[in-house]
Amino acid sequence: MNWLPLWLACGLLTFAIRYSFIALEGHYRPPSWFVRWLPFVPIAALTAITVPELLLVSGKLAIGTDNPHLWAGLVAIAVAARWKNTLLTIASGFIALGLIRWVG
Amino acid sequence: MPTSLKRSSAFLLGVRALLPMLLGVAPFGVIYGVIALQSGIPPLAAVLMSSLVFAGSAQFLLAQLIGAGAPALLSVGAVGLINLRHALYSASVAPVLHALPRRWKLLLAYLLTDEAYAAAIPHLLADPKSPTAHWILFGSGFALWAGWQLSTLTGVLLGAQLPADLGLEFALPLTFIAIVVPLIDNRARLVAALVAGVVAVLLVTLPYKTGLFAAALAGLAAGAFFGEKR
Repeated sequence: MNWLPLWLACGLLTFAIRYSFIALEGHYRPPSWFVRWLPFVPIAALTAITVPELLLVSGKLAIGTDNPHLWAGLVAIAVAARWKNTLLTIASGFIALGLIRWVG
Repeated sequence: MPTSLKRSSAFLLGVRALLPMLLGVAPFGVIYGVIALQSGIPPLAAVLMSSLVFAGSAQFLLAQLIGAGAPALLSVGAVGLINLRHALYSASVAPVLHALPRRWKLLLAYLLTDEAYAAAIPHLLADPKSPTAHWILFGSGFALWAGWQLSTLTGVLLGAQLPADLGLEFALPLTFIAIVVPLIDNRARLVAALVAGVVAVLLVTLPYKTGLFAAALAGLAAGAFFGEKR
């Protein structure tokens, strides 16, 4: 695997995103629709990655007891909504997964 | 008053604000190191990714995509998609950093992560005109950088000795849940999440996870459309 060019490409892109508005400050004002749309980006992107991970098992929809990740994920969603704490959310998901596997 | 804050005090203020977050970041970094090795990434490459890319959840996804044999261009696109949220932080800190020399802007942009931003921004907003405000962000950014390098290195060193079936990959969706759920504070954002999730499941059969991009765009458009209508 030719990893160094791939790492550099990903790193440069990430850096460009972080530098973007810092570099533009004072030279350019982004259009208002762009500023209004920006907050939806992380929500749409991360949810698109997460939901299939929770709902599918080997590429097939699984919403029963054969899918412990779904139920553990729902516990984590509830914890995240209630406490808004990253560490607590991740820990609750792993603990729920462990309990579900132990019981089932 | 914060205006009289010395450089060293501002730096340490930033470090102290970040330290509690390392509790969450360190296990995540260790898990990244383990998963990177399990995805077939050489140990040196796994360690170097932490300084060259330096973005936790993107590194996770990149490792998993490589493990799944995804093409390079798609992997770069996925990393960009995940990290696009950092443009928000860039816009937010830009006015505070406006008068600094370019080398400072380059350094602080490299260090601008979720955690560094979250730790420093309350202090930056409290006194944005302070001549040492950027040292607070540097303190937070540096503390996270050091913690991330150490924890991912630990994961790579441990990784070779751990069994492959620990189920640690579940940390990625859990982390995304922890980021996204608190962001959903109105109906337009909920619509964006629901549409993105449903479309992602419908398009999951598309090769190399390309359905993710379509799903993210659909969610973005749905959320923006719903937000404009109201």
